[in-house]
Amino acid sequence: MKALQDLIKRYQLASVLVLALLLAVVLPLTLDIFRLNLVGKYLTYAFVAVGLVMVWGYGGVLSLGQGVFFGLGGYAMAMFLKLEASDPITTRIQSTPGIPDFMDWNQITALPAFWVPFRHLPFALFAVVALPTLLAWIVSFAMFKRRVGGVYFAIITQAVALIVTVLIIGQQGYTGGVNGMTDLKTLLGWDTRTDHAKYVLYYVCVALLIGAILLCRWIQTGKAGTLLLAMRDKEDRVRFSGYDVANFRIFTFCLAAALAGIGGAMFSLQVGFMSPSFVGIVPSVEMVIFAAVGGRMSLVGAVYGTLLVNAGKTFFSESFPDLWLFLMAALFIGVTMAFPMGLAGVWESQVLPRWKRWRVGRGLPVAPAPGSAATPLAQLEASSGSAPMKDKPTPPSAISGQHA
Amino acid sequence: MSNTDFALAVEDLTVSFDGFKAIDALTLYIDRNELRVIIGPNGAGKTTLLDLICGKTKAGSGSIKFKNTELTRMAEFKRVRLGIGRKFQTPSIYENLSVFQNLEVSFPKGRSVMGALGFKCTDEVRARVQAVAEDIFLADRLELEAGLLSHGQKQWLEIGMLLMQEPELLLLDEPIAGMSARERELTADLLERICRNRSVIVIEHDMEFVKRIAHKVTVMHQGKILAEGPMEKVQADPKVIAVYLGH
Repeated sequence: MKALQDLIKRYQLASVLVLALLLAVVLPLTLDIFRLNLVGKYLTYAFVAVGLVMVWGYGGVLSLGQGVFFGLGGYAMAMFLKLEASDPITTRIQSTPGIPDFMDWNQITALPAFWVPFRHLPFALFAVVALPTLLAWIVSFAMFKRRVGGVYFAIITQAVALIVTVLIIGQQGYTGGVNGMTDLKTLLGWDTRTDHAKYVLYYVCVALLIGAILLCRWIQTGKAGTLLLAMRDKEDRVRFSGYDVANFRIFTFCLAAALAGIGGAMFSLQVGFMSPSFVGIVPSVEMVIFAAVGGRMSLVGAVYGTLLVNAGKTFFSESFPDLWLFLMAALFIGVTMAFPMGLAGVWESQVLPRWKRWRVGRGLPVAPAPGSAATPLAQLEASSGSAPMKDKPTPPSAISGQHA
Repeated sequence: MSNTDFALAVEDLTVSFDGFKAIDALTLYIDRNELRVIIGPNGAGKTTLLDLICGKTKAGSGSIKFKNTELTRMAEFKRVRLGIGRKFQTPSIYENLSVFQNLEVSFPKGRSVMGALGFKCTDEVRARVQAVAEDIFLADRLELEAGLLSHGQKQWLEIGMLLMQEPELLLLDEPIAGMSARERELTADLLERICRNRSVIVIEHDMEFVKRIAHKVTVMHQGKILAEGPMEKVQADPKVIAVYLGH
């Protein structure tokens, strides 16, 4: 029990546990399967947002092309599902039975060679992670080794997003074009459209997401995480301490891409289709907004940000379809101006100190939250003049919102 | 001239920025365990010289040999791994991290991505951090956020971060800028202690401080070496008086 508590404290897992509880228990109990499936869809974007916390928040490199990696993972999964849905019997009315319908419509008469390996699930699952990672490696190796960063890197990732979208839409016969891959039905004969399957997929998605957060948290708490923060602030100092800065950036970018790919694959499975509208510039920027709203230093915050913005999107676009885009823009500008550290920052600088002051006022013991924002709290306590100060100085939280 | 016993051999080094020769056919040898101070008026090329040695600036022509290894085409982080440590003019530390973390990150293990992922803060690392922190007078500030240190303490911390790496050649750019008289004293002691088993190059303007620490002084002017030798000899040199000390 003690060991468990230590573990929770060391990796600041309390917030992850709360999130896991919310996703795995509270939401399934309160939402019907239609809404839960929607939540599952949003959670697939959260993979991207979590990756952005690593690349943008920790690594200090903004990528505006994460949709590409989401899409690659999604397409890799969708290709397998599409092939399974296109067996010769179901597609017997096509001029070439046994190939996906959109190929038939585009006068393609044989399955293209690069599609063939996607008949096998293990290969498809491998490709879900490997394809985004490979592309991310190529882009980031070329950029970071030449010390391209900041705005230039953001612009280049935008260009990549645009290029990949144009490629997918243009190569209609191979990719399904602008409609994408639709009518995905079964996974190894298991019907993914039933309520039961949706529950299972939802839980798989939650488990993978929590796993992704734990992996990132582990990286953050180790030396690699410290180094990322260090090179965000003083790149030259890190370089002249004997580190190849580019390699760490490449690693983080590939990690974010792999996570995005997994998110994309879960999207294809849960929603039953994949299309270029999740690849291009607009979805990529939206994903950055999710991370910004949640707090770009907080892994858990990024998930809440994704859920909130998407819930807002669904609600408002049902009620005021014309206004949604303006609201989204206002939200982004508002958040970055007023709360640069997002929801997690608000939580740490506003909610937690108030809560603790309230507890102190009631004479209850203040549990030192693991690595919480000690500085604002200490200031508040000092100004109120009554609260006991801590004896030991707390290690600084690098940026508020980091630990929420 | 190729095989030398010098710790650092700079030969015929030239670099120009848009036609302006910041370093002009400069030759300089630093002995093992030597503390060399470089002085000179603003724009003489002192900082540029350190930039060239550590790799921040790429050399135009000439050679820089460290322990007989040619450096001019080597990546910066590899030069560091060979044993060159560079302190920048303005203290360059990680303000958001604690003093302990600043030193820990500088420990020369786990420098690859995989190495960093598997890095554990062992007792060896903690002992080393503690030892260095005592050297740089910050042993009681280990948990403090580095951004809250005074300017002088930040200078010390950066020197400490270099000491963590056990460099064989230390390049210190104005290590006492912004320090109080007392802090200067302590820094002079610190420099005397740390140059016992390594070579140190210091750029400094404070003549009293230079006199106190220097084994040998090199005077630079317009990218060239004007004079070299013990402080008294250099101070008496009419050329030096004309360009630098005189006005």
